[in-house]
Amino acid sequence: MKKIFEKIQVGILAGSSLVTSLTVILIIIFLFSEGIGMFHESQLEEGYVLTVNEANPVTEIDATSIKNIFDQNITNWKQLGGKDEEINLFSIDDLSDFYSDEQVGSDLEYLDTCMNDYVKNHENTLAYFPRKNLPENFHGKEIQVGSISVYNFVKGKDWLPSASPVAQLGVLPLLLGTLWVSLGAILLALPFGLACAIYMAEIAHPSVRKILKPIIELLAGIPSVVYGFFGLIVIVPLIQKLFHLDVGETALAGSIVLGIMALPTIVSIAEDAIRNVPNTMREASLAMGASQWQTIHKVVLPYAKSGILAGIVLGIGRAVGETMAVLMVTGNAANIPHSYLQPVRTIPATIAAELGEASYGGLHFKALFALGCILFLFTMILNIYVQLVLKKKRVK
Amino acid sequence: MSQLETKNLNFYYGSSIALKNISMAMQKNSVTAFIGPSGCGKSTLLRLFNRMNDLIDGIKIEGEVLIEGNNIYAPKVNVEGLRKQVGMVFQKPNPFPKSIWENVAFGLKVNGIKSTSEINDRVELALKQSALWDEVKSILQRSALQLSGGQQQRLCIARALANEPSILLMDEPASALDPISTAKIEELIYELKEKFTIIIVTHSMQQAARVSDRTAFFYMGELVEYDETKTIFTNPSKERTTNYVTGRFG
Repeated sequence: MKKIFEKIQVGILAGSSLVTSLTVILIIIFLFSEGIGMFHESQLEEGYVLTVNEANPVTEIDATSIKNIFDQNITNWKQLGGKDEEINLFSIDDLSDFYSDEQVGSDLEYLDTCMNDYVKNHENTLAYFPRKNLPENFHGKEIQVGSISVYNFVKGKDWLPSASPVAQLGVLPLLLGTLWVSLGAILLALPFGLACAIYMAEIAHPSVRKILKPIIELLAGIPSVVYGFFGLIVIVPLIQKLFHLDVGETALAGSIVLGIMALPTIVSIAEDAIRNVPNTMREASLAMGASQWQTIHKVVLPYAKSGILAGIVLGIGRAVGETMAVLMVTGNAANIPHSYLQPVRTIPATIAAELGEASYGGLHFKALFALGCILFLFTMILNIYVQLVLKKKRVK
Repeated sequence: MSQLETKNLNFYYGSSIALKNISMAMQKNSVTAFIGPSGCGKSTLLRLFNRMNDLIDGIKIEGEVLIEGNNIYAPKVNVEGLRKQVGMVFQKPNPFPKSIWENVAFGLKVNGIKSTSEINDRVELALKQSALWDEVKSILQRSALQLSGGQQQRLCIARALANEPSILLMDEPASALDPISTAKIEELIYELKEKFTIIIVTHSMQQAARVSDRTAFFYMGELVEYDETKTIFTNPSKERTTNYVTGRFG
């Protein structure tokens, strides 16, 4: 009887572990299957078609070229590998310029016929209209719009997911925005965090440390929305005033807020690392006539190096993934940053801001998941790196 | 004048007294062994000589510790300078996780010696004095942690010697070592006596008998007896000393 009871207990424990790991794995699989899906999806706005005259040799146009055509940067078919003819952009709104109301019909019932007629008679046209208006026996050719390549996704300079007729999904501005904000955060947090850790571990009287440590750990418990709010109310106006900017919502504001948020991680891990340095090391150094500062600088810090590094990397990890506070203070302009005094947009902020407006299962939706994949890979690499560093230290 | 002298020295950890009225003098180029049961205060006394106890909170010192006539607990004493003059070797070998060369050069560098050739010369000299040179001269850049325990302890001695101290404090330097390494350390102590004044704390009475010129027996924070090593071990004047050295207690 007792044995059965114990077996049930073991079963429950094993089952819980299984459920936990399965959940994690399922989430990752879901994330990647959705994210990778975007690379199979046409970049053309959903429910629309692009057509040309049957005689036109061009069959496929990539998304960037389509954008350029609509922006009037490409005006000749020759540039797309076709004949030397001007591109005649035609959309459903232009129909009334060529056909009378009677021809189209009062309820637009002959719209299909008109479209068919137009495409058939204009060799240089590029017609853009809803798929539901595609005539049954169409005398034109549908243009294939390629799906985005991983290369273009990573290297693209524009993030305009709801642009018409083709979405521009370049992740570079978001990636750079994330890196800039995180890097700035670490550069701000590192000197303060390290100094604080050294002070608490090596210099402060135990009673001071007893007060300081909980305060710093309290920083980690404040909800990020509160940091964002604080940033918005205090830091953003301050930056605006200090640098005479039109808007204070900048990469710098994001870096400062994130830096404050990363402090507790850096301080507590670095402090642990420093306190773990054996006292015999300090004694050996001091007994040789080294001052306290020389001991910290030449013996303690080198000894605690890998632990401190782990703190920094985990701090970066936290900064990279942080969403709410950054969303509130960085201004969210998806531009490639050129200075810390410009608005930027980070990857997590993009996901949070745009998921609500992306249609379920569409290209934009999948692109946001792909952003999630990038974020996941980034933090995973950082974590693996930390594990390796710490493992190497243990082996030594 | 004695090299090292204590006068009516009392030492307190918080409110408990650890050393009571210690007055003793140690001569230049001699080896003095401190023996006594655990907790008798012998290590505490040793650590008073280079002010290592300063790191502990709530300590109180009364009386004087004189090195060449100067009280090292006088207000304006340069503690770093004192520690350079009074080297220390600890119970467990504690080399830095740096190269062998870096370990020995450490004290020289922190004491402001910049010239590489001078550092090299003094590293070599210190390693020769600690009888380690022949074993490590070709692997100076290797990590000190790759050495054996006994080699590490001799490296720590070399590290202390590189500062050219006048006094060398050794806190049970062989207690973590095997008999062969212990024998090497003892041999070394015998040789180092010519240049340095050595004070060694030891749990092993045989070791005290082998290496020291004079022996001090401590019990419960008091200096019970301090005399020629031969006298302490063969003809002590106090009964408690007799009991301890003959192994009847402790």
